[in-house]
Amino acid sequence: MLIYILRRLLVMIPVTILISIIGFIIIQAPPGDFVSSYIAGLEAQGDIIEPELIDSLRARYGLGEPIYVQYFKWVSSFIEGDLGYSMIYREPVVDIIAQRLPSSFTISLLSLILVFVIGIPIGILSATKQYSLADYSFTVVGFLGVATPNFLLALVGLWLLFKWTGTVAIGLYSPEMQNAPFGLAKFIDLVGHIWLPALIVGTAGTAELIRTMRANLLDELPKQYVTVARARGVKPTKLLYKYPLRIAINPVISTVGWLLPVLVEGEVLVSLVLGLPTIAPVLLDSLMQQDMFLATSIIMILGILTLVGTLLSDILLAIVDPRIRGAV
Amino acid sequence: MTQAAGAAPIEGIAAGDQTDQRVLVASQWQLIRWRFLQHKLAVISLVVLGLFYFVAVFAEFVAPYDPYIFRAELTLAPPHTIRFIDPEGNFHLRPFVHPFKKTLDPETYAAVFVEDETIMQPLGLFVRGDPYELWGLFESEIHLFGLQDQEARLSLLGQDTVGRDLFTRIVYGARISLTIGLVGVAMSFFLGILIGGLSGYLGGTVDMVIQRVIESLRALPTLPLWMALSIALPSDWPVVRTYFAIVLILSIVGWTSIARVVRGRFFALREEDFVGAAELDGASNLRIIFRYLLPSFLSYIIARLTLAIPQMILGETALSFIGLGLQAPAISWGVLLKEAQAIRVLALSPWLLLPTVFIVVSILAFNFVGDGLRDASDPYTHV
Repeated sequence: MLIYILRRLLVMIPVTILISIIGFIIIQAPPGDFVSSYIAGLEAQGDIIEPELIDSLRARYGLGEPIYVQYFKWVSSFIEGDLGYSMIYREPVVDIIAQRLPSSFTISLLSLILVFVIGIPIGILSATKQYSLADYSFTVVGFLGVATPNFLLALVGLWLLFKWTGTVAIGLYSPEMQNAPFGLAKFIDLVGHIWLPALIVGTAGTAELIRTMRANLLDELPKQYVTVARARGVKPTKLLYKYPLRIAINPVISTVGWLLPVLVEGEVLVSLVLGLPTIAPVLLDSLMQQDMFLATSIIMILGILTLVGTLLSDILLAIVDPRIRGAV
Repeated sequence: MTQAAGAAPIEGIAAGDQTDQRVLVASQWQLIRWRFLQHKLAVISLVVLGLFYFVAVFAEFVAPYDPYIFRAELTLAPPHTIRFIDPEGNFHLRPFVHPFKKTLDPETYAAVFVEDETIMQPLGLFVRGDPYELWGLFESEIHLFGLQDQEARLSLLGQDTVGRDLFTRIVYGARISLTIGLVGVAMSFFLGILIGGLSGYLGGTVDMVIQRVIESLRALPTLPLWMALSIALPSDWPVVRTYFAIVLILSIVGWTSIARVVRGRFFALREEDFVGAAELDGASNLRIIFRYLLPSFLSYIIARLTLAIPQMILGETALSFIGLGLQAPAISWGVLLKEAQAIRVLALSPWLLLPTVFIVVSILAFNFVGDGLRDASDPYTHV
């Protein structure tokens, strides 16, 4: 098991390096070198730039030096935790991300939980009661859920909310709680608001999970070991949980890692539509105004978090399914 | 997918000797076609998609108006009710509408459109309207349908925020939104086959490197990556160039899943007996790849491609919706939704959300067709 985890970690190293290269390409992608656009941005806001500052910035990111030197300078400062300085927020990038990332993370995590809590039981129900009314209705809902992009769902949700309550924004807290210190009351307030975006973010994932779960379980149910167990008089519920479900759930666990980027992505769009104070609006702003340090840092951190998530799901799968440990 | 192991590929196989003979001599593609036709939803979806693409190709002719000509007095006019029975209760075989009369709400001073029941404007097929050039080649002013009175405007799905006809704009938007998926998938297909094929056939270090690149591209959340790349597109580019740039950006992530599938198939098939036989026969590597390996999973790849198209369509819609994709003079479903973003406008004019319906229907249709193709083409689930 330990060897398996170590191997998995080793594979992650080149991937992380590649992600950083992609990140560096993104910084380089806009026309002009990034310090020039950085300075142009500061000047546009009416700041007077000291020539020394320009020089120090150029020296720090090794502009004018070969491209690989620039890359190493950027990566080493990234590893040291110096993500640069945001021109539009006038704060170190680290601080901005630290403020915004928790709420993004909470929404994604909560929708992950919702996806499982809703998806798995419905999938089981659909498979065991195949071709029942419930099965048909969940299948229809599932197809619609897969086909409807989350942000459109958010837009429709926003419209319905406005129709019924007249409120424009959802937010994560009620207005009176916005500036309250974090405590139990604020937490309850948060729970009251966060479930809707989490549900919207998770819709497509839930629909997908219902389909996978149903198909997997239907593949297992007609097998002989199920018939044998039933013939031996194992109680239906116990039989279901003890044999076919354990096999049917493996592919579900292995896809958690791929579900994560989908949720992060969904969170970005849904937050933009609903106007939630997550990392998403910052990402859009920073891209729009070419604040490339901020933008790239956000993308890199989302990427690395996804990698960690994939690792966790792989480890989880190895715990559940002993056959995996030997493979890789 | 849920097919039990060992199921007959064609349900009619046991029906009699005649069918049996037919199945035995049928080519692989014939078998695929028969199997596909059994999937009712997929067939219906294929018809729907065919209709959508027909409309997209002949947008100028199908749309009753010019997508850019606006009628300020009809700003945010609701959809017309198409009627057959006039206020006196007489039935008319030719459908008609009552034109809108704009009045002000005495309390809120908001513009309210009421139907003027004294005037009847009949609809017609092949009516004259705004002049256009079909594909920039044929000049005409005949539209598939519209009001017989050229001056009046038929508001089939309502008017937008500056008084342009929404149905017309949805029809024109289909042209970009529906083709972007096809072009994007074609590009992903090319990259995926090439890189995945190399990876799977050469193996070793090349395979290692390519696999790590794919993993890192997939680890990055797709949408932020797309957003970051589309920022690099200059905003003064013409629509066509932006269009292809967006397609390229969408394919940067899209090719990875195709490449994975291709590689997996190559690995699995390399060990098959027929490949060994071809090798013993003295066939070259390239001949083995293109004559034996590729045809044996091409149908499967096509099914996967069909399922990838909706992702591309959604990608374009999302990018345009947040303002990073195609920009305003261009018309796509995402651009239309971006214009519908203001919630206060939306609350009073819910028809601005109608592009959503077209997006969902086309995505559903692609999913069903893809499912049908996969069931028809995928011999691997029967193992």
